[in-house]
Amino acid sequence: MVKLKLNGNEVEVSSPEETPLLWVIRDELKLKGTKFGCGIAQCGACTVHIDGVAVRSCVTPVIAAENAEVTTIEGLSDQDDHPLQQAWIETQAPQCGYCQSGQIMQAASLLAQTPNPTEAEIVAAMNGNLCRCMAYTRIKKAIALAADRMAEE
Amino acid sequence: MVDDIKTLPQISRRGFIVGTAGTTAVLAFAGLSGCSAPQESVELKSFEPTVWTEISSDGRIKVNIAKAEMGQHVGTALARVVAEELEADWDQVEIVHVDSDPKWGYMVTGGSWSVFTTFDQLSRAGAAGRIAMIEAGAALMGVEASACEARASKVIHSGGEISYADIVAQGDLSRSFTDDELQAITLKTPSERRLIGEKMDALDIPAKSTGKAKYGLDVELEGMVFARPVVPPTRYGCTINSYDDSAAQSVPGYMQTVEIDDPSGTCQGWLAVVAESWPAAMAAADALDVDWSPGPRAETNEADILDEGRRLVADPSYGAEWVREGDPEAAFESAAQVIETAYTTNSVFHFQLEPVNALATQVDGHWHIHGGNQWQSLILPVLAEALGVAETDITLHQYYLGGGFGRRLFGDYMVPAALTSKALGRPVKMVFTREDDAWLDCVRSPSVQSVRSAVDADGTLIGYEHRAAAGWPTYSMAPGFLAEVVPGTGKADSFSIAGADHWYTVPNQRVAAIRNDVAQQTFLPGWLRAVGPGWTHWAVEQHVDEVAHALGQDPVEFRLSLLDATGRNAGNAPESVGGANRLANVLRRARDKSDWANRGSLPDGTGLGVALCTGQERTMPTWLACVAKVNVNRVSGEVAVERIWQVVDCGTVVHPDGALAQIEGGTLWGLSMALHESTRIENGAARDRNLGTYTPLRMADVPELDIEFLESQEFPTGLGEPGVSAVAPAIANAIFDAVGVRVRDMPMTPDRVLAALRA
Repeated sequence: MVKLKLNGNEVEVSSPEETPLLWVIRDELKLKGTKFGCGIAQCGACTVHIDGVAVRSCVTPVIAAENAEVTTIEGLSDQDDHPLQQAWIETQAPQCGYCQSGQIMQAASLLAQTPNPTEAEIVAAMNGNLCRCMAYTRIKKAIALAADRMAEE
Repeated sequence: MVDDIKTLPQISRRGFIVGTAGTTAVLAFAGLSGCSAPQESVELKSFEPTVWTEISSDGRIKVNIAKAEMGQHVGTALARVVAEELEADWDQVEIVHVDSDPKWGYMVTGGSWSVFTTFDQLSRAGAAGRIAMIEAGAALMGVEASACEARASKVIHSGGEISYADIVAQGDLSRSFTDDELQAITLKTPSERRLIGEKMDALDIPAKSTGKAKYGLDVELEGMVFARPVVPPTRYGCTINSYDDSAAQSVPGYMQTVEIDDPSGTCQGWLAVVAESWPAAMAAADALDVDWSPGPRAETNEADILDEGRRLVADPSYGAEWVREGDPEAAFESAAQVIETAYTTNSVFHFQLEPVNALATQVDGHWHIHGGNQWQSLILPVLAEALGVAETDITLHQYYLGGGFGRRLFGDYMVPAALTSKALGRPVKMVFTREDDAWLDCVRSPSVQSVRSAVDADGTLIGYEHRAAAGWPTYSMAPGFLAEVVPGTGKADSFSIAGADHWYTVPNQRVAAIRNDVAQQTFLPGWLRAVGPGWTHWAVEQHVDEVAHALGQDPVEFRLSLLDATGRNAGNAPESVGGANRLANVLRRARDKSDWANRGSLPDGTGLGVALCTGQERTMPTWLACVAKVNVNRVSGEVAVERIWQVVDCGTVVHPDGALAQIEGGTLWGLSMALHESTRIENGAARDRNLGTYTPLRMADVPELDIEFLESQEFPTGLGEPGVSAVAPAIANAIFDAVGVRVRDMPMTPDRVLAALRA
């Protein structure tokens, strides 16, 4: 049994300790917003936060999250209204949408650490997140927009 | 004929009914046979609607969408077309993606066809609904229908108004339109439109920004088990000699291994490892030891396929003619000069981000297959053959697609899931790892193309020949759609030659499509975003540039001189009104925007290149001109793309922001294939399997994009694909402008650029 906090709630996980966190989240804890893309930490579709830091859950064994705070796209905001999510809608960023949970979680981690990123900082932080629809210009725009909004608040 | 898929009867022409069922108004194309009144027909569900919209008594309007949503926001665009003529309140419109029930008609999403093929029918459906609402609303208000109009889901009269919701709640809607009446409805002129072309948010985007959008991978059913396929070394002809699962037995959760016996021939030498969880299935499959007898192409490599392509294009006895104009043989006989060039492309993955997967179950004798798919009507008969049941015993359930790009046109990944479920007698969720997905991917075939131009003593282009050899997707997956265009020359795969039938006027032409059987026997060639033009334009648009330079002419002015919109290039109503004039128009605009005339003053190693694209079919041209600005590093061979201009005329733009997104994504796809990504067939299968070695474009590689849509009120044409095709040849032409060398092999990797510089 691995104990962790998922989106603010204490949970106990029965999957074996080496099970990738991604599949624990998706198949045992039934939160499907986090996606499977490559399985080797190269696409970023599976990005979640452990104690606020973006990690690739497809290569992170669940034991690595023991007693930690795990945040998924479902727990990023109370009303699905994180400034990034609002900016995603405002810029109409998603196309197929499959990578976007991971993109948003990666961007949220960036903005938590670097509230007012330069374009180069955005690109450096986001370059590991593949968008196969190649909605990159809008993702970049949405992050900058969200950063501006958060600075105003 | 060549446009068969596009012109298939997607909606039956049997008339249209508007009736009330309980508290809902149903708008449906339906059979009008028999004597039942529309309302009775709706109540008895005796109609067989092939497309329909429902208006609830609370005002909500549900538009059923039979097209797959894979990032193009297609439901939003199609619902917008219905809502425009229906005079619906857009805030009340919802979309529903439907299953594969035969009532929806032939189901395919591809070719950038969705808006083009349904625009007229959906417009008429909406208009018929509006007429029925006005008549019923006028009757309820006791006024003349002719004195009423509809706006924002209300019927309005000078003395009052009534909402569609109230009409549905109170009214006895019972109105039918014969097909002739439907066709006689006068649709809005462009200036009368209130919704189409206006800014709007796509209806699917909020769910895709919150993790709530449901994809095939997200579906679960009670009692399901997980399976991972174990795939053989090559796609065709492998047989299993034996397998040993003793190591797999030690994986907790491992249940069993199933040898897949597939009467449809889709899975040749496959097994499925079944487990209680997906990680267990993954681990157990890795632990499985299988001994296969290899297929006949287990030693075939990319170079063998390209060599065969070179042999085929060089031998005039091969090839199905796709275009024959005038007397090309005589033109080449009489030419003062012949300019001949050849181009290749390497294999490309779809690499849609959601690995293929399917969940299959049989309930009371009926099969249900859950998973995203682009061409339900193609895979249903294959599934029926595999399972040994009738097509009517299978329903495909649709979800959001985590990328399509043509990969999910073929639902082959559903077959092993269904057969494993059949073997186990319980629901099976089969998920492919990324490596499994790449192995199964129907890659864009490697290609070889040769193009020749005949020029007379005055420097006038008098003859043109294009020969293109590749693996043909349609030959393997949908042979019924092969088409003989020039009698006696055999059938061609339109999807492996379209785009070679360009809009330049040349009096004598011959264009031939050649099937590469070494490719065909080795792997399954796929339809990949932009399909034929994604690589035929690579040849056409570089060759035209090369001819311009050989004749000492400016590449833009030379193209303009050939775009005279005469003869076969004059265009047809409604889809290609204006013909090549519209292509010349976007070209002039791109020339002016990119400061083409002053490109000589760019820094050393920097240049501009131009290319044109007209989408897939001449019967649905989207007119596009692309200019690329590149900087070539003469030491490393690296090509940095600084800026790409795209000027687009796609007729009426239904969803402007969605249209822009399609060209943005398409442009970057074009760039990615031009410079960043490709694989090689190695020992009978694609060499690369994951992002460790396969390297699509990332955010850091994105150049400045300048995309413009020209104002137009012409018939809307497709946008999902045209943005792709002109980018690679524009970059190649820009490299030539920058450093004076030609790179005729795609992708244009640094080693190829260096080789050209050193040649």
